Amino acid sequence: MSDEFVQVVEEYRGEKGALISILQGVQEKFGYLSAEAISKIARLCRLSESEVFGVASFYTQFYFTPRGRHKIKVCLGTACHVRGAVRVLERLEQSLGIKSGETTPDYNFTLETVNCIGACALGPVVTIDEDYFGQMNPEKVDQVLNLAKS
Amino acid sequence: MRQKLDSEEALEKFRTKLLADKEKKPSIMISICHGTGCQAYGCGKVSEAFREAISRLNAQDKIEVKITGCHGFCERGTVVVVEPGEVFYQRVKPEDSTEIVSSLLDGGGVVERLLYTDAFTGERFVKRSDVPFYKKQLRLIFGDNGHIDPTCIEDYIAIGGYTALSKAIFHMSPEEIIEEVKRSGLRGRGGAGFPTGNKWEFCRRAKGSPKYVVVNADEGDPGAYMDRSLLEGNPHSVLEGLIIGAYAIGASEGYIYVRHEYPLAVHNVRIAIQQARELGILGTNILNSGFDFDVHIVRGVGAFVCGEETALIASIEGRRGMPRSRPPFPAISGLWGKPTNINNVETWANVPLIINKGADWYSAIGTKTSKGTKIFSLVGKVNNTGLVEVPMGITLAEIIFDIGGGIKDSKKFKAVQTGGPSGGCLPASLLDLPVDFESLAAAGSIMGSGGMIVADEDTCMVDLTKYFLNFTQAESCGKCPPCRVGTRQMLGILERIVKGEGRPGDIELLERVAMTVKQGSLCGLGQTAPNPVLTTLRYFRDEYEAHINEKRCPALVCKDLISFYILPDKCQGCMICMRSCPVEAISGGKRLVHVVDQNKCTKCGTCVDVCPPRFSAVVKVSGERVEVPAQPVPVQKPE
Repeated sequence: MSDEFVQVVEEYRGEKGALISILQGVQEKFGYLSAEAISKIARLCRLSESEVFGVASFYTQFYFTPRGRHKIKVCLGTACHVRGAVRVLERLEQSLGIKSGETTPDYNFTLETVNCIGACALGPVVTIDEDYFGQMNPEKVDQVLNLAKS
Repeated sequence: MRQKLDSEEALEKFRTKLLADKEKKPSIMISICHGTGCQAYGCGKVSEAFREAISRLNAQDKIEVKITGCHGFCERGTVVVVEPGEVFYQRVKPEDSTEIVSSLLDGGGVVERLLYTDAFTGERFVKRSDVPFYKKQLRLIFGDNGHIDPTCIEDYIAIGGYTALSKAIFHMSPEEIIEEVKRSGLRGRGGAGFPTGNKWEFCRRAKGSPKYVVVNADEGDPGAYMDRSLLEGNPHSVLEGLIIGAYAIGASEGYIYVRHEYPLAVHNVRIAIQQARELGILGTNILNSGFDFDVHIVRGVGAFVCGEETALIASIEGRRGMPRSRPPFPAISGLWGKPTNINNVETWANVPLIINKGADWYSAIGTKTSKGTKIFSLVGKVNNTGLVEVPMGITLAEIIFDIGGGIKDSKKFKAVQTGGPSGGCLPASLLDLPVDFESLAAAGSIMGSGGMIVADEDTCMVDLTKYFLNFTQAESCGKCPPCRVGTRQMLGILERIVKGEGRPGDIELLERVAMTVKQGSLCGLGQTAPNPVLTTLRYFRDEYEAHINEKRCPALVCKDLISFYILPDKCQGCMICMRSCPVEAISGGKRLVHVVDQNKCTKCGTCVDVCPPRFSAVVKVSGERVEVPAQPVPVQKPE
């Protein structure tokens, strides 16, 4: 992984405040930030590991464990909340057999919640990878999951 | 590659040429909304179908398809508008394309069944501007979204784009621009409502160089998405405002800080920047005026607090996004310790309008202290959800009932939540409140970034408050104790109240903690986090009392306080609910009255949803017992 790795870091060399961009770039390439990745970034950026991890762990969009092939996000924004997003989440947890924040053992799905994806008019909204599913309800959950599996 | 424009005249010549080219183009334009909302409805397939239908019917020289940003009426996607004539089609599906295209070729008849029909009066509307959702709106900032392809700078220039920029840099001094913005009365649209012109002036007068300007597009308020739609649908309007601001302030570099969750916005802004650079509208020596300015995009990484300006600066600098105490304000010491001016997306988008039309024109719109228009995201339990742009001073009732078409499923209005998690919940008695900075603040809420979430009688205000506290507690950066500890304590109290474990004195305790957090916190997040608690205690105290004293949730929401029962005199033993129950808590059989095992039931509500309406045998209650058999018994009533 090292060549690709150095490439990401090199892209931002000399740029002020590039640490977050580097972390984003590495995560985009490798899917998550491993302990090894953190320590490599630290060395290349001449920072301590704790500084790098301190920044990464502050933000919710950095992940430190591998995630599934498909990322399912349930929006829990206010508009989705008042229209019953929690029930949609509960049904997804049941159908997938995992809790929010977890990944299925076969690494097919990761289930996450998000505070608002800005598609409020369609609430409750679920996204699977790049696809948006609006006006969700518990009954539609399995239908949508089947679509993602196929 | 585009050719660089090297003067004001070159820009005007370019515009004239674009308009002349337009004459040669097909006379009919089908504009199809590709905002995020319509994407969820599958607008991509709709556009494909239209293109296919046009080529199949050999109409390429008569009809053109235009992919645009958000039209605002997200509830009715996919939205399609035909020009000329402003014919508004809603809920358009790919299979409707041939009919629409044929109707246009046959001499401009309309496809009646796709028009917007008023649910109450049955009246059909052909023109977009006649549709009730649009009628009371004043779409100064948002209106161009429907006419331009956001990935094509030529579209923006053709409708008069970048005229404000050339007017500003060739005919106005920086001081004159600031004076104009000051006189317009424009106030920050991100939440606090600080006068924009004054903010610019502080930064212009501050010592230090370089200076920076920043677009705050870290739109984190759940329930608000107007900044997203502006950046996606009309990125050049924001960019133009930013360049004018940079010139007025004397900044040479800008940043656009966009939320992680908005990939399409990042994509469209990136294209806009690239195209503006190609035309010489951005970069060194803009339009050969001697003014240099360029922009970087920074993607957020999911931290609500980064919407606060000092936290946003820390995040751009590559650090943990924690706020710091002010002063010094960013205008004096901001990004990398240099003078920095941060404005919200919508604020920047107002600037070209003010420069073009003048402060007098702009300040005639709105109220005495709140000028111009404001975009709200009208969402929740309202019929017409979407983005609405209205003049300041319009009442809540006008927005919710005239534009929003009232409450979904003919339910009763309970509250409207404005200003996101930092805002407040306003009751029916305040529906005539004019929407402006001061009125909302006096009622205990805030304008915020413009989220407007409508709650009906089925919404529990205690649960909703808990929801907001859950959010602010999780998003508190942890730097200052009042916010870090206080939000957690308030959440804890709310959690026990919704569980039916509330104690006498909890309301007073909540109020005390809320005031401490409000007064003692370092940044806006903590100072406003208690607003949902304080406003619901002010307007919906009876709901708290019912939870605490009677262990009852009047809206039938809080799971620990509700139960589901199947009424023996209504149940027909059809087994639908039994089969649908995810935890097998329902026993019974064919023609046997079903019974819910209260110990197994997870209160998911599926049984209520699936019970056929002609039976309506499942009831949800709180604080009362319903007499039902302990075991399944034969159905009494004939089918």
